[in-house]
Amino acid sequence: MAADRFEPHPELAPPAMTIGVVGWLRQNLFSSVASSVLTLLALYLLYLVIPPLIQWAIVNANWFGANRDDCTGGGACWVFIAKRLHQFIYGFYPEAERWRVNLTFGLLVVLMVPLFIRAFPKKVWLGVFLLFGYPVLAFFLLYGGFGLERIATDQWGGLMLTLVLSAVGMVASLPLGILLALGRRSSMPIVRTFCVAFIELWRGVPLITVLFMSSVMLPLFLPEGVTLDKLLRALIGITLFESAYMAEVVRGGLQAIPGGQYEAAKALGLSFWKSMSLIVMPQALKLVIPGIVNTFIALFKDTTLVIIIGLFDLLGAVEAAIKDPNWLGYAIEGYVFAALVFWVFCYGMSRYSQALERQLSTGHTR
Amino acid sequence: MTDQADEQVSNGPIIQIEEMHKWYGQFHVLRDINLVVKRGERFVICGPSGSGKSTLIRCINRLEEHQQGRIVVDGTELTNDLKNIEIIRREVGMVFQHFNLFPHLTILDNLTLAPIWVRKMPKSEAVEVAMGYLERVKIPEQASKYPGQLSGGQQQRVAIARALCMNPKIMLFDEPTSALDPEMIKEVLDVMIELAQEGMTMLCVTHEMGFAKTVANEVIFMDEGQIVEKAEPETFFNHPKSERTKQFLSQILSH
Repeated sequence: MAADRFEPHPELAPPAMTIGVVGWLRQNLFSSVASSVLTLLALYLLYLVIPPLIQWAIVNANWFGANRDDCTGGGACWVFIAKRLHQFIYGFYPEAERWRVNLTFGLLVVLMVPLFIRAFPKKVWLGVFLLFGYPVLAFFLLYGGFGLERIATDQWGGLMLTLVLSAVGMVASLPLGILLALGRRSSMPIVRTFCVAFIELWRGVPLITVLFMSSVMLPLFLPEGVTLDKLLRALIGITLFESAYMAEVVRGGLQAIPGGQYEAAKALGLSFWKSMSLIVMPQALKLVIPGIVNTFIALFKDTTLVIIIGLFDLLGAVEAAIKDPNWLGYAIEGYVFAALVFWVFCYGMSRYSQALERQLSTGHTR
Repeated sequence: MTDQADEQVSNGPIIQIEEMHKWYGQFHVLRDINLVVKRGERFVICGPSGSGKSTLIRCINRLEEHQQGRIVVDGTELTNDLKNIEIIRREVGMVFQHFNLFPHLTILDNLTLAPIWVRKMPKSEAVEVAMGYLERVKIPEQASKYPGQLSGGQQQRVAIARALCMNPKIMLFDEPTSALDPEMIKEVLDVMIELAQEGMTMLCVTHEMGFAKTVANEVIFMDEGQIVEKAEPETFFNHPKSERTKQFLSQILSH
């Protein structure tokens, strides 16, 4: 080859075996003998599981009918779910007032949609309303007052109760967790000791114990005649419990922020709270989005434990329905339905957290 | 340069450090520091690593606390009083070795944050001021980018502009060029030289001896927590008094 002149090499296509479907299969499924064997084994397992599942859940399933006599296909009896769906969603909330539940959660969805739209103007104020105004509105809509009939919390149940428990738990535990995390890193010994003790105490006991204590023991300590609503006690218990976990997640984020950030904020004359809320927290929280959402998902599923203090969340409503003599033997359908609903919500949260991470990325990696 | 008459009027001391000592636990880092900086003066502080030079300038805006002696900045004594500390920090700008820009904010937001939240400046005015300083450090076109997208030299110039946006009376530089690639040092030093020519009071920890010769009124050499020698650059580099200074100079000037 002559070296005295630069000849551009012609652009060539990559070898056919390395691209497209064939290339992908070779690279990912059949790259060696062992991986080929594992691929075939996995295919065989899928063959064993998937077709019967489809047979049971869809092909042989019964979807429409009035009672168990309509379930004749030998597959899943979705009639059971359809007949009990209202109970699964609303618990014992009076039928005539269910529009209030629909309105409450419908409003939440409508208000939250703009938050997902990047360029929506005045998003901050919407967020502020969602955090502070909406809960008050939701409380009066669900509980009553201002001319609305009062619906005692022991009539709340099903998915609605699950959503109330987890939404309140999430919204309240995050700020509390942030304060606890800051307190644990404080240089003031009394604040630090209190926060460490609080976190370690609540993290050290099972949630089921917390709920049990709130329902059985707390009334013993309250003065005669003072009663706290059972749901409220559960909410406080869940919030305090989860805030301890949240504090440790947030502390992880705080520890990842370089000391230079605190120093730069101080050197500009920012006060402690301003430097925390404008400089440190936005960065720390962004770093721990996966951890926060992880805690949220755990919280969402932990709400099922309220069944032990006699609150019927979605799972509780399903379990109650299973024991109905008219529908004995359809437990699997009930649990599959409950699992599916929980999965949809948890997967939704997971996807949202990933989208949020991408959206907040400012291309800095240190 | 500012007006000659103006400089005469305001030529009083702006930083006074008297018999100041500092310890890290048992370790005596700063020993009997006495220093007076007048308005418009430019000091360069050098010395081997661990000599306490960074600690000294970090005491001036109370990023470090001193345990004995007095530090008075612009008429306010630094004590544990948080109010005083915040007042002083507003008037003292600082530039760090590692820039310490806020990575989650755009360049413009980095610059306007403190004027808006500390000086309570209206946003439009803060943006105007910030763009003015970005033009002075010659990177107005980067205003909407994030710090992670800029080169080290550009980030350090932004950091200088960020400090200037608070309209400080004193600027502290803590090894501003030590973390930069060699080809970027000049662009940062040029900005600093320009600032010095405008009459800013500057305290600068650096090993850029060329910079010291160009702009410094006084060069301070520190070792083991003490001020060993303090002299005008000409005297300092050509006729150093102490053996320790001579040894240090021969080490850093030999290559």
